[in-house]
Amino acid sequence: MRPSPARLLNILVPVKRSIDYAVKIRVNQAQTGVETNVKHSMNPFDEIAVEEAVRLRERLKDAVKNITVVTIGPTKASEVLRTALAMGADKAIHVEIPETPGPEPLGIAKALKEVVGREKPDLVILGKQAIDDDAGQTGQMLAGLLGWSQATFASKVDVDEVKGVVTVTREVDGGLQKVECKLPTIVTTDLRLNEPRYTSLPNIMKAKKKPLEKLTPQDLNVDLTPRLETVKVTEPPKRQGGSKVESVAELVEKLKEAGVA
Amino acid sequence: THALVFLEHSNGVVEPASLSALAAASKLGSGDDAKITGIVIGSKDEVEKVLPTVKKLPGLSSVLHSSSALYSPPLPETLTPLFKSVLTDSKFTHFFSAHSSAAKSILPRVAAVMDLPAVSDVTSVEHSSTDDATTFTRPIYAGNAIATVRAGKDIPLKIVTVRATSFAPLSDGASAEGVEVKEFQAVEENAELTKHLETSVSTSDRPDLGTAKKVVSGGRALKNKETFQKTLEPLAEVLGAAVGASRAAVDAGYADNSLQVGQTGKIVAPELYMAIGISGAIQHLAGMKDSKMIVAINKDPDAPIFQVADVGLVGDLYDIVPELTEKLK
Repeated sequence: MRPSPARLLNILVPVKRSIDYAVKIRVNQAQTGVETNVKHSMNPFDEIAVEEAVRLRERLKDAVKNITVVTIGPTKASEVLRTALAMGADKAIHVEIPETPGPEPLGIAKALKEVVGREKPDLVILGKQAIDDDAGQTGQMLAGLLGWSQATFASKVDVDEVKGVVTVTREVDGGLQKVECKLPTIVTTDLRLNEPRYTSLPNIMKAKKKPLEKLTPQDLNVDLTPRLETVKVTEPPKRQGGSKVESVAELVEKLKEAGVA
Repeated sequence: THALVFLEHSNGVVEPASLSALAAASKLGSGDDAKITGIVIGSKDEVEKVLPTVKKLPGLSSVLHSSSALYSPPLPETLTPLFKSVLTDSKFTHFFSAHSSAAKSILPRVAAVMDLPAVSDVTSVEHSSTDDATTFTRPIYAGNAIATVRAGKDIPLKIVTVRATSFAPLSDGASAEGVEVKEFQAVEENAELTKHLETSVSTSDRPDLGTAKKVVSGGRALKNKETFQKTLEPLAEVLGAAVGASRAAVDAGYADNSLQVGQTGKIVAPELYMAIGISGAIQHLAGMKDSKMIVAINKDPDAPIFQVADVGLVGDLYDIVPELTEKLK
């Protein structure tokens, strides 16, 4: 008889499709947002979250029962789910919504709470923020709605499934903080947690056969209408650069003039 | 309006970023119709130590304090029930804090349990008393666009974190007299959820990258880890600067991930930012273009970094940096 592990972990990883980090952002003519007809990919911090879930399985083996990825986004958001499946997630859920208006973190957190109710994860790993709206709220809001423990800005995650706790090293202002969270818990990822793998062609092919469930906000009984009004989106003030000096001596002079040397 | 401002502190000193949050709250209005209450939370000792300073902060009409062993250090799980209790059915119209790592973890959680949206990292505040709406600007896409966001009357409590560099702290001048100081009974819930194990403040000789007044950053042109350190460290040393790196340098293994400046790394706005051997990819510019003075050293005269640099010097960094270091000594 094989001893069975204390707890089989279900991991849920919410991901977002956002404009690729290397794309130059341009505000649209109407000043309602930015030009979106550009390359998109998975929000980099969410990629780290998927990677961490897959690594937890590699470390804990059979103790990780299931890795589910979920996105709440327009039709094209399915692409990032396929990427996550190719990285090693088992199944995907797509809560499909129209392109506009973009939902707010509170709405997303409410939808995720419903997904948590259906999927019963022990651990939810999300990016600390999406590089589009830079709000950085969803994980904390979800933890609040569920009344769970939370560890934001994780740079190291150790799961002890027998004790039912997760030890997380967090990047805080000026240093590091270590906390022990009781399962179930919410972890948000920081940059240093890991480096996501590249997906291989065989894994991309395999991912096409993995289950992808489609849902609507109505299925989850949530209202994603934004409550804040985005009045306008504008270009940041232009920086007047371009001035050059010819020598180190001149550079030193400029630094002294500015009072920084 | 009546704003509650979360005043963070360490060793009896109010965090400078919290003073900026206080300054942001003062933009809501002036006079008797615009009150500000500061709230101080911590262990009994911590609160007693910082309270005399807090009472004298400019702009405050009253101070709330609450102590419990559970509140040191401040964790979102234990502070959320307290804030909820302070804010529910209260006179408060706004809840402000710095966009600090602690407050960023707490405020959205508080907002969610009160079924309210939150506004992160605001750079301006404007309140209209005629329609009870507050309008904020906040950077999105790592500062490559600025969103103007309006929280209307239907959001009875506006929950906001504040970008410290956008609000200069108010100058002193208020007296402690007339400031009402009141204790708020601790709410001791959720103690079982998360245990604090340790907090280690980094003890590097270099200042912390995120808050440093000067930053010296290197890119892929630094060749390898040894050259990166050998070239940049002496310059950082004479300037008293933090060391940063471009994503390319981090990806190539020249510098630790924690030093990455850029959209997916740290976003910095020091008084001086020196980009050395950095071409200036979009995602790097997103992380540093709000710096006061940008200096670029690069051998390619057409490198995009020169377009944002206040002072550019074209040439071989291996000649320039040692010479510069020597001249600054």
